[in-house]
Amino acid sequence: MKFELRGITKRFPGIVANDQVSLSISTGEVLALIGENGAGKSTLMNVLYGIYRPDEGELMVDGKPIHFSSPADAIAAGIGMVHQHFMLVPVMTVAENVVLGVEPTGRLGSLDIAEARRMVREVSDKYKLELDPDAVIEDLPVGVRQRVEIVKVLMRDAQIVVFDEPTAVLTPSEILEFFEIVRTLVGAGRGVIFITHKLKEALTIADRINVLRRGKVVGETAPSATNEDEIAEMMVGRAVQLVVDKHSAKPGDVMLAVRDLTVVEPDGRTVVDGVSFEVRRGEIVGVAGVQGNGQTELVEAIAGLRRAAGGSVTLAGRDITGDSPRERHVAGMAHIPEDRQKQGLVVDMSIVENLVLTRYHDPEFSSGVRMNWAGAKEKAAAMVAAYDIRTTDPSQAASTLSGGNQQKVIVARELSRDIKVAVAAQPTRGIDVGSIEYVHAQMVKERDNGVAMLVVSTELDEVMALSDRVLVMYRGKIVADLDPRTVSHMDVGLYMAGSRPTAVSS
Amino acid sequence: MSETLKSLRFTLLAVVAALVVSAFIIVITDIEALGNGDFGTALSTLRTAYWGLFKGAFGSLRAISNTITGATPLLLAGLAVSSAFKAGLFNIGATGQMLAGAMTGLWVGFAFQLPPLIHVPLALIASAIGGALFGAIPGALKARTGAHEVITTIMLNGIASFTVLWLLKTEAFKREGRDDAISKFVEESARLPRLFGFMGKRIDLLAHSGFIVALLATAVFWWLLRKTTLGFEMQATGFNQEAAKYAGMRTKSLMVVSMAIAGSFAGLAGGSEVLGLYGYASATVAGDIGFDAIAVALLGRSTPIGTLVAAILFGALQAGGRQMQVDTDVPIDLIIVLRALIVMFIAAPLLVKAMFRIKGEAKSFGQTFRGWGG
Repeated sequence: MKFELRGITKRFPGIVANDQVSLSISTGEVLALIGENGAGKSTLMNVLYGIYRPDEGELMVDGKPIHFSSPADAIAAGIGMVHQHFMLVPVMTVAENVVLGVEPTGRLGSLDIAEARRMVREVSDKYKLELDPDAVIEDLPVGVRQRVEIVKVLMRDAQIVVFDEPTAVLTPSEILEFFEIVRTLVGAGRGVIFITHKLKEALTIADRINVLRRGKVVGETAPSATNEDEIAEMMVGRAVQLVVDKHSAKPGDVMLAVRDLTVVEPDGRTVVDGVSFEVRRGEIVGVAGVQGNGQTELVEAIAGLRRAAGGSVTLAGRDITGDSPRERHVAGMAHIPEDRQKQGLVVDMSIVENLVLTRYHDPEFSSGVRMNWAGAKEKAAAMVAAYDIRTTDPSQAASTLSGGNQQKVIVARELSRDIKVAVAAQPTRGIDVGSIEYVHAQMVKERDNGVAMLVVSTELDEVMALSDRVLVMYRGKIVADLDPRTVSHMDVGLYMAGSRPTAVSS
Repeated sequence: MSETLKSLRFTLLAVVAALVVSAFIIVITDIEALGNGDFGTALSTLRTAYWGLFKGAFGSLRAISNTITGATPLLLAGLAVSSAFKAGLFNIGATGQMLAGAMTGLWVGFAFQLPPLIHVPLALIASAIGGALFGAIPGALKARTGAHEVITTIMLNGIASFTVLWLLKTEAFKREGRDDAISKFVEESARLPRLFGFMGKRIDLLAHSGFIVALLATAVFWWLLRKTTLGFEMQATGFNQEAAKYAGMRTKSLMVVSMAIAGSFAGLAGGSEVLGLYGYASATVAGDIGFDAIAVALLGRSTPIGTLVAAILFGALQAGGRQMQVDTDVPIDLIIVLRALIVMFIAAPLLVKAMFRIKGEAKSFGQTFRGWGG
C-alpha cells in the first residue's frame, strides 16, 4: 500500500501552516518527518488523520484519490495515530483500554473480556510487545503505556502508523526498546511515520527523512546520505552550532554548597539520599541520570519548593536550607524549572506578566502594593529584544508562543538579573534546535559572567556538551564526579545504569 | 476580531437566544388562546409581555429605581463570586457571607447612636468585615486541609442561615413585641441615604446609595486586578497554582486572603440590603441572591465591567418581570426560566454557534469556571 499527500496547503487565519506539501509513505518503510516546533508537522498529520480538511491538494491511496472527513475515515483507510499524550483510561486494564470503542461482545451485548484478552495477547505476541492484558494502566511505566497505544492502533488494522514525538516521554533504554518495536512493525509490513525534532533518532531509525520548515518541505534525504549538521541546517535555515562553544572554565569561590541533602517522600521513600556537592563561581556542573532517579526532587529541594528531610544548602556562604523560594530568589538564585508549562509559566497570562512572574516584587516592578506595569512593559520589551523572543506583541498570552520561545521567556526572566547561582532543570526539553543553541549560549555566557550554574538533564549529550564537571545521579545518590573532557559517553551511561566501568577514567 | 469582542458577541447572542426561546414558552403556555387556535392573541400576549418587561425595567424613574434596587446586591454578591473565580476558587458561599455581613452591619446599625457621617461608613465596614471573616473560613479550610471550597461554602451557607435564625430570636437582636425571626430596626443615622431622596416624598423610589457602594466596590475590584501585586498574585494562582508556588507566591495565604476579599464583597451585599433597603434583618434577607450571583459572575466572565453589566441586566429582568406579570398573565417565574436559559447558552457556546451560524472556533469561550477539582 502506498499513501501520498499531494500539494497539501492548509491555511489558518494569518498563517499558512502547510504550503504545497507533498510526501509519500509505503508499507514496509520508516519515514521521519523532522521540523522545528511550529514548522507544520502536527497540522500535516491532522490532515492525514482526517481532523483537518486541506484547503488545497489531495490524499491518494495506491494512486487513487481519497477524502477523509473524520478520523474514522482515516482509520478505515488504514491510518493509525499514536499521539504524544496518551489517550488511555488510567484505572482500566490494558485489555479494557485496547478494546475501548471496538469492544468484542457476547450474547446480549455483554463485554467479552476473555476475547479482549486473547486479542491483546495475539497482537502483543506477534509484534513482541510483551504486554500483560490484565495490568492496570496507572501501574505501568510510560514506555509500556506507549505499547498499549500501539496495540490499540494495530488492532484497528492500521497499515500506516504515525508516531507523534514518541520518544519525548521515554527514558534512554525505553527509546531503544521503542526502536526495536518500530523495526518489528516494519518487518511485518507496516509503514511508520515518525515525527520528531531529534536528529539522532531520525538518523537511527528512518529509511527516508523529510524536513519541514515554515510549512514547506525543504529537504528529502536518507540517513546514509546526510549527517546531523546538514539536517539541522535544513530545519533552521542556517548553519547551527550543535557543539556548545565555550572556553574552559575558570572556577572561583564556592557559591552553591549542598551537604548530605536528603529528601523523603510522604510515603516514606528516600528519593534524594545524602547528596553532597559544590558548584563554584564560573563553572557549569551537570547532573546526568535516567529520569526518576531523584533529580527532580533534588532541584526542588535546592529551589525551596520541597522540604529537605536532612542536610543543608548554602548559597554564597549563607545557609538557606529553611528559606522560602522567595528568600532564595532575593538571595540571588535563579531557577529554570523542569516543566515550563506547569511550573515556569502561567500560559494564560501575557508575555509581559510572565517575564515578571518571579520578579514582580522587585522595586523595579512594584512598590509593595502597586504594580508598576509601565516599568514591567518597558523591561519586557528589552528582554524580548535581548533574548530573541519571537512575538509580535508581548501583551499576548504566553500560550501563543512556540515551546522554544516560551523557554526563552523563562531564561530571560531568570538570567537577566544579578544572580549568583542558577539551577536549570531540563533547560532544553522539547524545544527546537535553534532555541537549544540559543539557550546553551546564554548559559555559557552567564557562567563566564561568574555565575555558578547547576544543570540537570536527562539528555546525556546536553550534559556532556555543556558541563565543566559531570555528576551522575542514580537512585537518589551521586555515584560519580567526572570530567566530560576525559570520560566517554559509554562510561557515563554505565554509571547512569547503576554499574561501574571496569577502568575508571577519572 | 479581538478575543474580548468575540466573547462579548457570544454573551450578547446568548441573551438574545434566551429571549427567543422564552418567547416560544410564553406563546406555547398561553393555553387559553392556543386552545381556541388563536395565534394572534398569543402573539399579542408575547408583545405585551416583552414590552412590560422593558417598561418595568427602564420605562420610568420608578422602573429604573427598581432595576437599581435589584442590581445592587446582585452586583456586590456577583463580585464575591467573580473575585474568587479570578483566584481559582469557586465561591458558592455568597449567601452565607451575605448573612454574616448583614448581621454585623445590623448590629452596628442599632447598637450605636452616632452621626450619620460616621454611622453609615462604620456599619458598612462592619458588614464587610463580617463577610470577610466568614469568607476566610473556607479559604483557611482549603489551605490547611485541602477541603474543596465548593463543599465547605455550601455547608457554611447552612450554618449561616440557621445561626441567623437563632440570633434573630435572641434578646439582643429580636424586635420588641414580635415572636417571629425579625430584628430590631437600625437607627435612622445608619440608614443608607436614598438615591432619589432629592425628589422629595416619592416613597416608591426604593433605590438607595448601596448602589454607589457597589459601583465603588467594582472599581476596587478592577484596581485590585489591574494595578496591585496582590491582584497579580491572585490571578497567577488562579490560572496555575504550581507556577505561582514556583514564583515564590504564598499560595495558601492567598487562598485565605482571596476568600476574605470575596466575603467582604458579599458582606457588603448583605449590609446594603439591611441598611439600605429593609432597615432590619429577617431570616430571608439574603434570599437567592447568593446563587443568582454565580450566574451574574458567569455572564460577566468574572471581569469587573462584565459583572456590573450582568448585575444590571439581572436587576432589570427582576424589575421588569413584576411589570410583565401585572400587564399579562405571564408569571414572574418566567424570569427564572429566562435567566436559566441565559446561563445555559453561555455554558453551551456550540449551541449558540449553531443557532446563529457562526463559523470558526468557540473553544476559548466557556472556560470562566476554572478551579473545579483544583
